[in-house]
Amino acid sequence: MAQRGIREYHGKRMLARHLDSFIKQGVGYEGHIVLVDENTDWKKLEKENPWLKKEKLVAKPDQLFGKRGKHGLVLVNKNLAETRKWIEERLGKKQVVNGIEGTLTHFIIELCVAHEAEYYAAIKSAAECDYIYFSLEGGINVEENWDKVVTIKVPVLGGIEEVAAEVDKAMPAELGKNRELVANFLRGLYRYFAAMHFAYLEINPFAIAGKKIVPLDMVAKLDDTAEFLCADMWGSDIEFPAAFGQNLSPEEIKIRELDALSGASLKLTLLNPDGIIWNMVAGGGASVIYADTVCDLGFAKELAMYGEYSGNPSTSLTYEYAKVVLDLMTRKSDKKKRPKTLILGGGIANFTDVAKTFTGIIKALNEYGDKLKKVNARIFVRRGGPNYQEGLANLKAAAEKLGVPIEVHGPEYHMTRVVSDALKF
Amino acid sequence: MSRPDYLLFDRNTRALIYGLQTKAVQRMLDFDYCCRRDTPSVGAMIDPGKNGSEKMFWGKKEIFIPVYGDIKSALMANPDIDVFINFASFRSAYDTTLEAMAFDQIRTLVVIAEGIPERQARHMRAVSQQRGKVIIGPATVGGITAGAFKVANTGGTIESIIESKLHRPGSVGFVSKSGGMSNEAYNIVALNTDGLYEGVAIGGDAYAGSTLLEHLLRFEANPAIKMLVCLGEVGGEEEWSIVEAVKSKKITKPLVMWVTGTSIKYMPKGIQFGHAGAKADATRETAEAKNAALKEAGVVVPQSFDDYDKAIKETYQKLVKKGVIKPAADVEPPVIPMDYAEAVARNLVRKPTNFTCTISDDSKDELLYAGHKISTIIGEGYSVGETIGLLWFKERLPRWAADFMEMVLKLCADHGPAVSGAHNTIVTARAGRDLMSAVASGILTIGPRFGGAVAGAALMFKAAVDEGQTPQQFISVMKKKNIKIQGIGHRIKSLKNPDMRVVLLKEYARKSFPKTRLLDYALEVEQLTTAKKDTLILNVDGAIGVLSVDMMYGLGWDEERIQSVVDSGGLNGLFLLGRTIGMIGHYMDQNRQKAGLYRHPWDDILYDLPSGK
Repeated sequence: MAQRGIREYHGKRMLARHLDSFIKQGVGYEGHIVLVDENTDWKKLEKENPWLKKEKLVAKPDQLFGKRGKHGLVLVNKNLAETRKWIEERLGKKQVVNGIEGTLTHFIIELCVAHEAEYYAAIKSAAECDYIYFSLEGGINVEENWDKVVTIKVPVLGGIEEVAAEVDKAMPAELGKNRELVANFLRGLYRYFAAMHFAYLEINPFAIAGKKIVPLDMVAKLDDTAEFLCADMWGSDIEFPAAFGQNLSPEEIKIRELDALSGASLKLTLLNPDGIIWNMVAGGGASVIYADTVCDLGFAKELAMYGEYSGNPSTSLTYEYAKVVLDLMTRKSDKKKRPKTLILGGGIANFTDVAKTFTGIIKALNEYGDKLKKVNARIFVRRGGPNYQEGLANLKAAAEKLGVPIEVHGPEYHMTRVVSDALKF
Repeated sequence: MSRPDYLLFDRNTRALIYGLQTKAVQRMLDFDYCCRRDTPSVGAMIDPGKNGSEKMFWGKKEIFIPVYGDIKSALMANPDIDVFINFASFRSAYDTTLEAMAFDQIRTLVVIAEGIPERQARHMRAVSQQRGKVIIGPATVGGITAGAFKVANTGGTIESIIESKLHRPGSVGFVSKSGGMSNEAYNIVALNTDGLYEGVAIGGDAYAGSTLLEHLLRFEANPAIKMLVCLGEVGGEEEWSIVEAVKSKKITKPLVMWVTGTSIKYMPKGIQFGHAGAKADATRETAEAKNAALKEAGVVVPQSFDDYDKAIKETYQKLVKKGVIKPAADVEPPVIPMDYAEAVARNLVRKPTNFTCTISDDSKDELLYAGHKISTIIGEGYSVGETIGLLWFKERLPRWAADFMEMVLKLCADHGPAVSGAHNTIVTARAGRDLMSAVASGILTIGPRFGGAVAGAALMFKAAVDEGQTPQQFISVMKKKNIKIQGIGHRIKSLKNPDMRVVLLKEYARKSFPKTRLLDYALEVEQLTTAKKDTLILNVDGAIGVLSVDMMYGLGWDEERIQSVVDSGGLNGLFLLGRTIGMIGHYMDQNRQKAGLYRHPWDDILYDLPSGK
């Protein structure tokens, strides 16, 4: 993995905890914010956060989706009882957001801060430099007013210190006495961004209250490969939630668990359980190409899953993976009576022992022999690499013994040609 | 050795490998040998903090590759090295890559590790540009210049490499992100053209050390490369820079290219494919948009990956027709002997074994003693005697026999500190030696005079009975030959003052053994010997010896089998095994007491030297 979104809650907590150590004169964000889910103990929450009862509050879902205001999902300027009631009415309910249906599971509550102007700040990583964006026109309309956004490029080697003066110069005159405050904030925010290995950080909008900067809304992505450097600073409660509306099937969850447990890579995304094309492909790059080819040849709707196994998985791991795929594939026959088609694809392995991984697949095939025949299954195989001849021969013999039609090919056959073969019904 | 900028590797390129990657290094050397290089492509390896050398194969011959503890000394000693292949983990790859970049002699760096933080990867690239170096990776398998130099594990097995004609140069330059797919692509190139000239996998991370375009531009500048093949990927903006380069005629050689990930629009939002960078956040980053733009710019873009091979073939054949390419001739590579371990794994060789073992097996899933699983032995509660039976006699003994063995062990376990075995153990322990030395010293005293008469007694008494000698005849024959009968005689014990151990053994045998033929005979002998001197009793060694033989007869073994056990002297093992318990006890006892060095007192020694002058 790499760049992954985090909750606004965690983003703001991290900001409150660390930002001021990157700025000469701190901007004093205190991070009065709590995260609420179905397990929240409200009494404990109140006790640990006395400000909840004293102040007016803001509440909104915290599940990696934006445009919450437009969906009526932001509550402003209410007391705790009202806020709690509002959240409890929505918690666990289905909701369509930006065209995707999902369940509302997490809300944040924070202080309602009276403010006038709303500003926009964002930092983005790119290959050649980082970009700092600032605009006086913060809020939901920033994209429409993109021409008013100030951009500062931060070079990779020189860093923010090289362009420190440019930040001052870029501050619009409209900021008046707050020009230095905002410039200091942006420089500090950048140092914080770099040190914490963010890939993206957007505070839209933020407000100025006296000498303090208050982030009102925040979107952040961390580079999760930096965990070994930043785990302490990120905090032990950091999480990388799944995208809103991504409800995983038990099979997908099982493969994720197997994936996490082993050094090998196993992936499974169900696209259409009634589909007739089942790709079980070895290798990250090859698996994408096999999926592409099915779609390019006009069978996108029939593609049942995207999946991949790689990184020299053990025989037993391959067996477990194949079992899940075969089980999903043999649950129902096609309504139009077309054969269910299993494509065991792959490129030329570097050092994965093909015969060994195929042993796991053969074991699963033997277990599902009758079910495979019931759905009129056919198998197309293409693979190369160490001991591929032996692997292909074993697989062919096993399928033929079961009475399942099979075609096997080695590296002499173009990698995806089995896909076009398989799509002839 | 100076090389043009467009050439990263040639037949003289030498690399420094960070990490003791002997397998990858052997694969590089095998490739070198296949290409008939004059020198190995690996100049040295780094094993942090250690110095020395590793033995590797060069064809059939063995050679040494030097190993250094740090980058600086490796480079100082090998001024011809200009490639740094970094196998350091994602935790330390950044530091070691920066360290290597500080040296002018390094031109090209390959970073293998996956999972390097993006900011570090980006910083490495920026430094490399400042220093005028090329980084391949991170998260890559590397690259290859056909017939010249291969990075680490690129290209897979040597069979794959030869199959894909990588041991000699062709006319095609290939670059992709994916390392796995580069291997496949070399095969496609070999099947549809005269072969690869150079191939590079830049790695699947969001920020690569060098870009697809940079490598294509190198290929463009290289007169030996006539045609370019590239495999792009959904996500990122890189392919757009290729579109620009083709439009602005920076790339003029025919380019066949396909951008993978066209299926992403059918996938759930936010799906992460195999590579960290393969993720489209904007329309410009989709595979369709990139493929369309490339096609429009004049790149050969197939309908789908399925036609990639045809597009490559057609483009190549046009170049041949035009006379731009004169197809490279095929070259027979020298044969690389297969590694013995691999030949064994593939059932290609056999050899007679040097050892045979018939009692235990640790090569299976579970340890076996004489065919009995260790889980059965524990689960069914085999006794120590039964376990000894499995390993000494290859069968599970009936209870009466197993109990006899255990009884012997208990009776022999110790006999006080004064006997020679215990004494030696104590003296050695007190000299500060370890357990093994102390016990070994004790064991070495076991022989015909101490504890080791069991086997001898069994042998002598059995022979007498077998030959049908009466007890009297036996005694006379032995006397005539001037041989002491083993198992007869004790320093203090006598018929009137019997050895309790012998009493217990006799009682047990009479009660539990089917027959006690040899014991009965030995007791008749004892009647005669004690008549001469009352300490000439059947001693404990003798009793164990004759009863062991009776036990074997009782188990129904045939004569040959019994005789072979007796002849082997193995019956002394009962005493040896039992007494080891006591010797270990004495060792522990002395250590507990922290007993100091023992020195025998002078006054206990008679010094009687010849009177020399």
